[in-house]
Amino acid sequence: MSNTSEFDGNGIELEVRSKEAAARGVAVLTLARPDSGRLPDWTPGAHIDLALPTGQVRQYSLCGDRWDPCAYRVGVLREPGGRGGSAHIHDELAVGERVTAGGPRNNFPLVPSPRYLFIAGGIGITPLLPMVHQAHILDADWHLLYGGRSRASMAFLDELAPHGDRVSVVPQDERGLPDLAAALGWAGPDAKVYCCGPEPLLAAVEEACAERPPGVLRTERFVARDQGAPVRGEPFQVELARSGRTLTVVPGQSVLRAVGEAGANVLSSCRQGTCGTCETGVLSGTPDHRDSVLDDDERAAGDRMLICVSRAVSDRLVLDL
Amino acid sequence: MDTTAVLPTDDTDPFSPSVLEDPAELHARLREAGPVVHLTRHDVYALSRHEHVHAALRDWQRFQSAAGVGLSNFRYEEPWRPPSLLLEADPPHHDAPRAVLSGVLSPRALRSLRGRWFAEAEELVDQVLADDEFDAVPSLAQAFPLRVFPDAVGLPRQGRENLLPYGDHVFNAFGPDNALVARGRPGLGEVSAWINAQCRRETLDSAGFGARIWSAADRGDITHEQAPLLVRSLLTAGVDTTVHGLAAVLYAFATHPRQWDLLRRDPSLARMAFDEAVRWESPVQTFFRTALTEVEIGGTVIPDGKKILMFLGSANRDPRRWSAPDAFDLERDPSGHVGFGMGVHQCVGQHVARLEAEALVTALARRVERLELTGRPRRHLNNTLRGWESLPVRVTRT
Repeated sequence: MSNTSEFDGNGIELEVRSKEAAARGVAVLTLARPDSGRLPDWTPGAHIDLALPTGQVRQYSLCGDRWDPCAYRVGVLREPGGRGGSAHIHDELAVGERVTAGGPRNNFPLVPSPRYLFIAGGIGITPLLPMVHQAHILDADWHLLYGGRSRASMAFLDELAPHGDRVSVVPQDERGLPDLAAALGWAGPDAKVYCCGPEPLLAAVEEACAERPPGVLRTERFVARDQGAPVRGEPFQVELARSGRTLTVVPGQSVLRAVGEAGANVLSSCRQGTCGTCETGVLSGTPDHRDSVLDDDERAAGDRMLICVSRAVSDRLVLDL
Repeated sequence: MDTTAVLPTDDTDPFSPSVLEDPAELHARLREAGPVVHLTRHDVYALSRHEHVHAALRDWQRFQSAAGVGLSNFRYEEPWRPPSLLLEADPPHHDAPRAVLSGVLSPRALRSLRGRWFAEAEELVDQVLADDEFDAVPSLAQAFPLRVFPDAVGLPRQGRENLLPYGDHVFNAFGPDNALVARGRPGLGEVSAWINAQCRRETLDSAGFGARIWSAADRGDITHEQAPLLVRSLLTAGVDTTVHGLAAVLYAFATHPRQWDLLRRDPSLARMAFDEAVRWESPVQTFFRTALTEVEIGGTVIPDGKKILMFLGSANRDPRRWSAPDAFDLERDPSGHVGFGMGVHQCVGQHVARLEAEALVTALARRVERLELTGRPRRHLNNTLRGWESLPVRVTRT
């Protein structure tokens, strides 16, 4: 039986179980809970937030096997310039070390279709890899057009090889740019088109699909989102507005637990940021969102949070409790 | 090790009228017997402790739903209706319909309903409290969901009386083909035809949950073939369950006056009270899964393809998880109960149910000083649901 213990602390704490070079400049990490227990569920296209010891938070698409409930896999490209989170992962992060993750969220879900065209550029292969696997299971008609600078820089070619000519591998130094017109011609009007990769590729695909109905083309952009202040390793204050009480939340303790211990029980259910039951109003302060429920707009609004996993960026939060 | 030698067995029929009337004794016996008990009457494997029910609910990789979440095994038997896209499906087929309905019924989608539902609850409570004595099941537990939910879905007024019988039959049909199922069968054709007609786009009001499901199909998030089945899920699982949940919280308060006083002093406990009642009574008592492979639980191996019966009601009263589990107690934290399930199949309408309950309980707390039973309450027997047919009460107004 899998472990049923609930998370309580800094989102999900994950341990690096393996770290391998999957291609030039691409490190693949396998992450698991320290107790090897079950992780929150995810669907193809989902990403997690990784909070690195450098204080940065980066989003990485999950590219592993969801039928293994106890491991996440991510592929990390060394970002040009050599600074920041990706450099830390490549150069410093070692097997056995721990990182903090925010729960899986999916802005790029795979929707039902008899036919799919997947277009990946470089590290953009990562969210598409589980989609390819799923399209295969569903017995859909599908094709993957996968471009990259050179064969040596393109990750997961070995895993894609068994799919034969359903996958077109287009290293730029051998074959130039991928032939989007031909691929979209194959796709016909009924296919859903999924694209992830660098901005010029996305722009080209968007232009090529401009005449198609809305909802046909689905894209994911890797934007280095500014998360504001770095993740806190220190305690923070939570004020309960209705009772006027103030309490301190220490690292390793969830806001939910701290609030409960102060006598203000808040209903919760999954305790892993997926069901939405413990949503709580935020009257002031800036939450550090680690859940799988709130969308980007709601996060930006900052007026509610899921206190089972989410924490504070600011020194103080005032909650509507 | 010879696992079959240690597997406890029990020949009780968990769907017999006497067990449905009061399952506590069976639950206690199963929990004590071991993590897994073979129920010989139906050749199913029972889980009754919180730890194992909770784990099985989350483990969709090994505990299959697509072979049916009732006793019937779709590997060998034809389902009596087209299977649900949610309840009777596994990932990856489950993903897209679930994502759509989760969005339609999300807390953010419900925010605009909150004010209206609180006002409707006040209005209903005012009407009902014209009398000092009434039956709380039809007057409140049924009346309130039937007033607000079909409007929110966008159903026409006519024919709504079909909703309760349809849900009742679907939940009976998860059990064996017993007298309860037979009782629902004669009128089923007509009721089903009405339900299916309500799932069509033309029938649904353009502002409701149903129309939003159809819009999702227009965006391509689900197919147009899936849309009516997803609307059907709302109509199947959205009414009877809430009715029995509300009846549970009303019964709990009518029999626990001190808890009613606590609520009246602090009406913000309404939300917590509903979940505590859901834990305490477990309106959805059971669901089945099917072993997708050989599944090992607590030293016992369940063979591939066998049905697994999860006793949610027993898990919610397991003394290994809850202190004084049989007490209805607003001062406990009921979080983590499995009354709404857990994991990818967790009740997608849980936020709707909680909002309905919060509205009704809050309105009652404002107007009612004392709530007490005036006669013997009568159970409504169902193979899956635990509910009341009748709760005769007397109220003292504030």
